Formats: sequence, structure tokens, C-alpha cells
Amino acid sequence: MLDKLVKQKLISIVGKDNFFDSEEDLVVYSYDATPNFQAMPDAVIRPRQTKEIQEIVKICNEFKVPIVPRGSGTNLCAGTCPLEGGIVLLFTHMNNILEIDEENLTVTVQPGVITLDLINAVEEKGLFYPPDPSSMKISTIGGNINENSGGLRGLKYGVTRDYVMGLEVVLPNGEVIRTGGKLAKDVAGYDFTRLMVGSEGTLGVITEAILKLIPIPETKKTMLALFDNLEGAGAAVQSIISNKIIPATLEFLDQGTLEVVEDFAKIGLPTEVGAVLLIEQDGPREIVERDMKKMAEICEQSHALSIQVAQTVEEGLALTTARRAALSALARKKPTTILEDATVPRSKIAEMVQAINEIAQKYEVEICTFGHAGDGNLHPTCMTDARDVDEIHRVEEAFAEIFAKAIDLGGTITGEHGVGVMKSPYLAWKLGEEGVSAMKTLKFAFDPHNIMNPGKMFAKETKKRVVVQK
Amino acid sequence: MTTMKQKQHEAITEEFKERMDYDELMNCMRCGFCLPSCPTYGETGQKEAASPRGRIALMKAVVDGGKAPDEDFERQLNLCLGCRACEPACPSGVKYGHLLEEARDILNKHKKHSLPVKVLRYSVFSGLFPFQNRMRNVNGMLWLYQQSGVQKVVQKTKVLNLLPGNLATMEKILPVVPSPKEMKHRPTHIKPEGQVKKKVAFFSGCLMDTMFMKTNDATLFLLEKAGCEIVIPEAQNCCGALHAHSGEKEQARQLAKRNIEAFERAEVDYIISNAGGCGALLIEYDHLLKDEPDWHNRAQAFSKKVKDISAVLLEVGLPRMKLPEQTITYQDSCHLRNVMNAGGPPRQLLQMIEGIQYKEMKNSDRCCGSAGVYNMIQPEMSTQIIDEKMSDVKVTEATTIVTANPGCLLQMKLGVEREGLTNTVRSVHIVDLLAEAVQYGEE
Repeated sequence: MLDKLVKQKLISIVGKDNFFDSEEDLVVYSYDATPNFQAMPDAVIRPRQTKEIQEIVKICNEFKVPIVPRGSGTNLCAGTCPLEGGIVLLFTHMNNILEIDEENLTVTVQPGVITLDLINAVEEKGLFYPPDPSSMKISTIGGNINENSGGLRGLKYGVTRDYVMGLEVVLPNGEVIRTGGKLAKDVAGYDFTRLMVGSEGTLGVITEAILKLIPIPETKKTMLALFDNLEGAGAAVQSIISNKIIPATLEFLDQGTLEVVEDFAKIGLPTEVGAVLLIEQDGPREIVERDMKKMAEICEQSHALSIQVAQTVEEGLALTTARRAALSALARKKPTTILEDATVPRSKIAEMVQAINEIAQKYEVEICTFGHAGDGNLHPTCMTDARDVDEIHRVEEAFAEIFAKAIDLGGTITGEHGVGVMKSPYLAWKLGEEGVSAMKTLKFAFDPHNIMNPGKMFAKETKKRVVVQK
Repeated sequence: MTTMKQKQHEAITEEFKERMDYDELMNCMRCGFCLPSCPTYGETGQKEAASPRGRIALMKAVVDGGKAPDEDFERQLNLCLGCRACEPACPSGVKYGHLLEEARDILNKHKKHSLPVKVLRYSVFSGLFPFQNRMRNVNGMLWLYQQSGVQKVVQKTKVLNLLPGNLATMEKILPVVPSPKEMKHRPTHIKPEGQVKKKVAFFSGCLMDTMFMKTNDATLFLLEKAGCEIVIPEAQNCCGALHAHSGEKEQARQLAKRNIEAFERAEVDYIISNAGGCGALLIEYDHLLKDEPDWHNRAQAFSKKVKDISAVLLEVGLPRMKLPEQTITYQDSCHLRNVMNAGGPPRQLLQMIEGIQYKEMKNSDRCCGSAGVYNMIQPEMSTQIIDEKMSDVKVTEATTIVTANPGCLLQMKLGVEREGLTNTVRSVHIVDLLAEAVQYGEE
């Protein structure tokens, strides 16, 4: 419960129409898209401008009330689950595209803008904002920046980080800083922009962003390559990359994933094969044609069963849209769907896929795998039931071993979903205790009272490292 | 007082634990893919509690004991239009509509309605809709009101403006109902000239066969033109959709059983509905009766045959259709699109009409705010939605708005009337427009 005085002060800032603390409101802001995490905030608050956020933060800092900034609650690491109570900060009032600068090729936005709305708005002007997380129809830019979201186009175009040029941030002491700007080059001081991107709301509240745009590619083509199994598809991915082709999208889905996605989307996906690669290339027409032809050849050499090229733009779009639904579609199979995003260097894809299958067998858990094969970012997803305590334990063990294997292969515990609560016990596996400690020092320099999204990123205890048996 | 309320909450919670499908609640993995499809989420400035994900979380919290089923909870469930647009958007395949129906049924059971509301609910749900002769009598009174000149006097005095919400406007846009005599003598069996392509049974509906009788006539006309032999079982009655959506599930089950009995004797290829709202319940009779072993199989056999009129006409084929030059747009019936999965056929049929220009409107798949009796019990949200809808209509410059459900049709008329466009824009049921186009094509 919030202190009465704090509540009064907060209401005096945003008005009672933008302050909520009924049981109903607390329940619906107690979760995000991460399974098995739920915690009630003490209040939910909907500021209208940066100045209000400044005042809110000052009060929270004074009274040591946790602040959890929340976009649309689609994140997958429990990053917006208010673990330690406090207030959930909403950006539904701050959802304007402030400027599309066609001379500097930038767009300036408030954090509450829905990612797809931004993409559509700039595309109307012939410009392109590539980061496209699967939840882009729902997610907000503020959320994307805080989580440094990836997407299907990450392989060729990079991730959110690569498009953030400048930020306005309210620091935990209530001061506002502006980082970066509409500048291609800027080395004035530390790169706070990069620091803020992916900081998961633990360092401050992002209130505005300047994003980089590029010219929209002239054309795009989509194809599916069908394989006997995921290992075969993985080998083809490695071969495409080593042949020095960088497609816009290079996704794979295994049979289990194909079945559920087809069940939902009903677009005629092949469900009888072991795996497919979804390949897209964009750019000038001749180059797209050339690359697609070459990639088709490589797939054939890698024993693809067949190759299907989308005949129209709509057909291609239907394929990528269906792919974006993969995770949620897997929830059809079992009540609980736990998804991870272990990532390895691209050259290790096939090996990692094989390891995941072996680990699933070893722990007797059902894992389907799909993901951004082209950038090594896998999404092994476990279908389970949160009520089955024994199985959930085995799932945890299996994922721990998957993380360990990924790190052994030079990879990481999370490619794009973030650490949040879910992966915090494993953070030291990737960074070492020294790395975590350096990050903590930084965190407490910014936020000495630990009011910004507490309980995230840093776990109370690191999970004991699993030894991977060779 | 508080303890009484607490006791009531405890009783509701207990029943939630017993009756709510927990697997279905768990099946929502909270990805949020439903959010953009939800009209009330959008209209409330993205309030999570007014979204499908939020409402499911609230239902689950009640079952889990983490939330009292209080007034807020009930208000939130009542704010839901029940349009079920979240279902096709849900990759996990959560049957939100079923959860909502069950929750509303439980809440209604424990609800202490005031005496007038109790009487009204009883007379409408139990006394009126289940009895087709009574439906005819009520419509007969309406006919008398419209024909005797009373309506003109009433409208002149503007006395109806004293009514809350949009009721005064609603009175204006009611169709001219057929006379009691016309309503009494309905056909029961029609054989087409020439070869019989399909044998179908027609679900005539309670409101459709009275207030919207002309649309039913047009339906029969089209089916006959398409070469269908039509059986219209006399023993059929109201589908029960209004009951099921208003927390009167037991009544809905009774009505369903009578319909199953009435139709299973007719050996037909399809059971045809011309109202998305009815069709969507008919197609889910198997779910409605899932816990009654004696009925479940029979309900399945029934539901399997249910098809919307547009889908059947598209399959069987219509003669040439033509109309004078005009721009036409189509507003989905939510239940036709989201539950019967038949948003395509009406559009395909409309585009087959020669002489017209078809223009898809923005957000045509979004609920118009009619939603059964929603526009009467939630006038504020409903009005907000229909006014927005009209601005989308205006962009298309359509002079004809087509719908596929009587509620949507009246709502469109209401919107048009509110915009002051009654003289330039008409709203029609798709069947009426197609019949017009077939006749015009013949001339």
C-alpha cells in the first residue's frame, strides 16, 4: 500500500483520472507476457508529459517507492512485472510521433507509440524503420528501447539499439538529460544512449527518442525452403552466410511449431516436413533476384526437400505474419509455454539445435524450436503445465543446460528478450561475477535508492552453473 | 451489509472455482496479441482492464482467490461487447467468448436484480422471445403504433426525447413492421423450379421472422433462385443468443434443444441462418450442450450443418446481379466473422454485383457497438463506437451500407440518423440488397 501522503502527492501531479489503485487495476498490471510471474503494484499512474514524470520520480525517490515503466506488457523476461510493488508507469498519454525529419532521416517519438504505427507512418514517406519484434503490432517504442528488442530483420539491419540516435531520460533523481541527437557522429562524452538502450527500466525513464531511418528497400521477395529436420535447415543457414549473402530475414521453424502456426493462420504451411526456413531478401530488384536464386541453390545443395517462392507481396507478408505468431500459437499445445532466446554465433546454429534436442530428451520435456536462425538467435520453447511441479523443475533444469551450452559455444543467455527477473540468476554465467559487479556499481551510481524497476537484472543469487557433459 | 456482500462474493468465487474452465484461462499466455483487436481497449485509451487479456486475468484472479468478484469486476465484464474479435486474433486459440458467457451466467445467477429489472428480464427472456406467437403479438402492437398515426403524433411531440440514451432515435429507425396477418401465414416448404441443387432448412429467427420479415422473404427468394429446396420447420424458436450473452444460459439451452428437435427431422444439407448473431450461437450449440450427454451428439450434428446464407449462396450460385450505379461498403457482423469465420462470402457476393463500386471501409471488421442489447445497456460506449464508425463510412463516400445481422443493421441506421444522413445513405441487410440486384438483373 502506498503511503497516504505519497498517494496524495501523486494525484496532485497527474490528477485523479490518471491515478489508479482499485483492486481491478492492480490485478491487470501485475503481469506481462512471461509465464509464472505475477506481482501486484501499489498503484498505476498515467502521466501526460515529461515534467509530470520528473515530479513523480522525485517523489518516488524521496519516499523510496519502486517505479516500473510499462509499455504494452508484451515482454518475455518479466521485466514489467512489479516484483517489489510500487507504481506502474503507463505511457498511453505519451504516444505521439513528434516529427519525421526527411532531411536528417530521423523520427522523434514519445515512448507510448506502437511500433507498427511508427513503421507505417515512416513508410508512408518512403522511409524505413527496420526493427520489427514479433509483437510490433502491440509493443511500444519505449518498451522496445528498454528491452533493446530484435526482430525478424535483425540479421541484415540490426536491432533497436542500432536505430536509437538520441534520448530524453528522466533520471532517478528527477533530472532530465538528453543524450545523442540527430547526429551521425557524436563522441561528446560517454555514450549514454547506448547505455540506456536495453537497460530494462533500471536506470531511468525514457520519455522521448530520436530514431534513425533509412530509405525503404525497393523490392522484397519471400520463399520457404523445406527440410527433413532442423539440423538440415541449420546447415543451410550456415552455408548461406558463409557464401557471403545477408538476407533480410532467415527464420526457421521446426515441425511442432509449423503445426500450431498453421492451425492458427491457415495459410497452407507445410506441416509434414521436419523444418522450414523462411527466407526474405530486400533491396534493388536485380540483387534480390540474384540472391534469392543463389540461396535457393544453396538450400538445394543442403538437401532441401523443396523450395516455394511466394508469388505475391501479400503471400510473403502472410508467411512472415504467421511466423510472428509462433510463440503464442505454441500455447495451443499446453497450458504453459516457456520461451527462451539463447543465442549463439551463426556458425554454431546446427550444433546448438542438436544440443537442444538432446537436452529435451534427457529431461523428458517437450521443446519446439523456432527463431531467427540467421542471427543465431534461437527460441527453444517448452510446452508444459505450471501446475505440474515436477515437470516445471525439469524444464528449469533443461533451460539451465541450454544456457550453459549456448555460453560454451560462445553465445549468450538472451539475445533479445532481456534479463528481467527470468534470466537474472544466469547473468553471471555470461558476464562473470566481476561483470555483474561492474554493472551493479553503475546501477547504484544512477539509482542509489534502487527505485527504478527493482529486482530486475540482478538476482539475489546466481544459479549454480550447470556442467555440460560432453 | 458488508458481511452480506462478502458472503455473496464468497458464493460467486466458489462458483467461479467450480464452473470456470481453468485450462482455458491458463491457455491465455498473455502475449497481448488480442489488444489491437479489442474495441473497448482502444476506446478507453488502452486500459488493460478493458482488454481481453485483462478480463481473462481478472476472471482467473477471481478463481485463484486473488480478487473479489465486486462491482468493478462486473462492470468490466459488462463493458465487453462480446464481439469476439479477440478470438481470430489469438494465436493460442483461447475461446474468450465461452469464458465471458460462463462468467456472466454466474454473476447473473447471484445478482439481486431490483424488482422492475427482474420483471423486465423475466418477461423478455422467459415470456417473450421463446414464444414466436408472442413475438408476433408485440410486433403487431408496433405495427398498430406505426400504422395508426400514433407514431407521427408521438414523434411530433418529441416526448420520446425524455428517454435515456439513444432510445428516441432508435424508435425512429425501426423498420416498418409487417401486419399481424402477414406474420401469421409463413411458408413451410418451398420447391424451386427446375433441378434441386441443395436441400436446406431455413432458421427463420424470432426477430427476423417478425420485424425483419421482408428480409426473410428475400432470403427465401434468393435460395429459390439459387435452386434450393427449402424446409422451414414450424416448431423452431428463438436461437437463444440474447439469453446466452446476458447470463441466462439455462434458457438458452432449453431453446437450443427445441431447435435441435425441430431441425433434426428435416434431412437437409445445410441449416441456414441469415443473422450473424443467431448463426454464431447455432454453430456453437455443441459447446452450449457439452455437459449434457443425451444432447451433445445431437447438438454436434446440428451445428455441423449450420451455414450463413452468404456462404451458401456463394457455393450454390446466383443468377446475374446488377444495380444502378452506387458505392457500397460492408460492415462485418462480428459473430459472422469471428465465430462463424465467414467474413469473406458477403464481400465476394457484393463484388459480383454489376454496376456498383465496392469500397472496403477502414475498420470494417470492428464492432459497430450494437452487440445484442449492448447499445441499450451501455449507451455511452456504444455511441462512441458508432460515431467513430460513421466517420469511417464517410471516408468511403458510400451511399449504401450493407450488414449481415439485424442488430448491426439498426445500429447503422442509428449512426446514419445521428449524422443526419438519412436522406443520402441507406443501410440494408445483404440479403435485401442481393434480392434487389437479382430482380434488377432480370429486368
